[in-house]
Amino acid sequence: MERDDLIVNDSYALNAHHSEEEGQAIRKKIYMVTVILSVITAVEVGMGVMFKRSETFTWTAIKWTFIILTLFKAGYIVMTFMHLGDERKNLRNAVVVPYFVFIAYLIFIALTEGASHFGMDLMFH
Amino acid sequence: MSGEASKAISKDVLWGGGRSPFSVSYGKMMMWYFLVSDALTFGGLLVAYGFSRAGSTAAWPIGEQVFRAMPFLEGHYPLAYVALMTFILIVSSVTMVLAVEAGHRNDRSGVLKWMAWTIVGGFTFLGSQAWEWSHFIHGSGGSFLLAEDVTVSGPEGEVFNMTAGESVFMDHHFGHLMEMYLDGNPAVTLSESGGHIVLTELGDHPHEAHLHGLTLNKFVEGETLIEGDAMMDLWNARSENFSFGANLHDSEYAVQQSYSNFFFFITGFHGFHVFSGVVINIVVFFMVLNRVMERRKHYEMVEKVGLYWHFVDLVWVFVFTFFYLI
Repeated sequence: MERDDLIVNDSYALNAHHSEEEGQAIRKKIYMVTVILSVITAVEVGMGVMFKRSETFTWTAIKWTFIILTLFKAGYIVMTFMHLGDERKNLRNAVVVPYFVFIAYLIFIALTEGASHFGMDLMFH
Repeated sequence: MSGEASKAISKDVLWGGGRSPFSVSYGKMMMWYFLVSDALTFGGLLVAYGFSRAGSTAAWPIGEQVFRAMPFLEGHYPLAYVALMTFILIVSSVTMVLAVEAGHRNDRSGVLKWMAWTIVGGFTFLGSQAWEWSHFIHGSGGSFLLAEDVTVSGPEGEVFNMTAGESVFMDHHFGHLMEMYLDGNPAVTLSESGGHIVLTELGDHPHEAHLHGLTLNKFVEGETLIEGDAMMDLWNARSENFSFGANLHDSEYAVQQSYSNFFFFITGFHGFHVFSGVVINIVVFFMVLNRVMERRKHYEMVEKVGLYWHFVDLVWVFVFTFFYLI
């Protein structure tokens, strides 16, 4: 296994300064992510307006599509705009792992409590 | 083991103390940890919203029906205004990341330019949200609850079996005068003529509002306008319970008060974050203007406020999906 803590990649450290070429590459990435985020938002609104809410499989599938698209958007914002993707792997994990552990626990509790409290399947309702 | 021990590792790649093992400054790491805890707060709010909604027995209002008004325009534009707000926030996030990028190249004028645009974007979003709140609070005509069961037929002959306690919605013009009438305004009188209801406001600008139709299912799927005799049946089955717009103890949007409470709390808490983000942005903008970053020889302060600003955008992406879309 590659030892992350031995790699010197200080592209965002205090003393690091980007050259004009590096800046150009970063800007190109920023504009690409802007387009992706805008297109996903437009698609989401279009789907929301187009499809009717109902107790059908179609609507359940659309809801899950919304959630997956949202996670894609969140990933682009965190990894590119907040450039967590360019930070060291141990910082990335120190941020992402605790969050997902707690939020997964919270969702799990809400779903199981909801199922017993309201007597319904919240996830596929 | 002996292989490991004899493997030569260059001294300058080892972390020997003296600098962060994460290769980030204390401030930036703490900003990340703060954002994790703040994200858990918003996660908790959205989970609570889903919990209330799933446990609600009455129909829950849907985004396309509630949020379809545009400033200065008549007609319905489902979610268009919220999508515009989302776009404004994404664009301001882009200008912020461009400011951070300029900071890494020590481009002071670039940082100032892009931070200024970010502040403009932040105020634009706050202004949009103020309009949306105002529209939500004032409502679009108001509703009343039925006092008794009533069966009416729709324009295409469909039958609606309405039960006591269900909501019926008025149009904007009639609802406005009705609110004044119920408040006991002596200038407004209610009368019945020719099979429909007329509200008359006397005074400097006398005018009338006629009850032309009542709407069923306005904020859920299957909105239907009821006219003629069926409308009068609904009107005559009304209770004293009228609601106009929304506040902390009453709402025209749903029988469940929790819907508008969650709207106020979630979008309000997010708006508070946007507001504080704009304030911090302005502070850092003036720090850059006063050449504080040049003395420090780095623009990390811009990066830290940038992290906070992107986080605000990130939260909105989730609010947009879970409050408005689903």
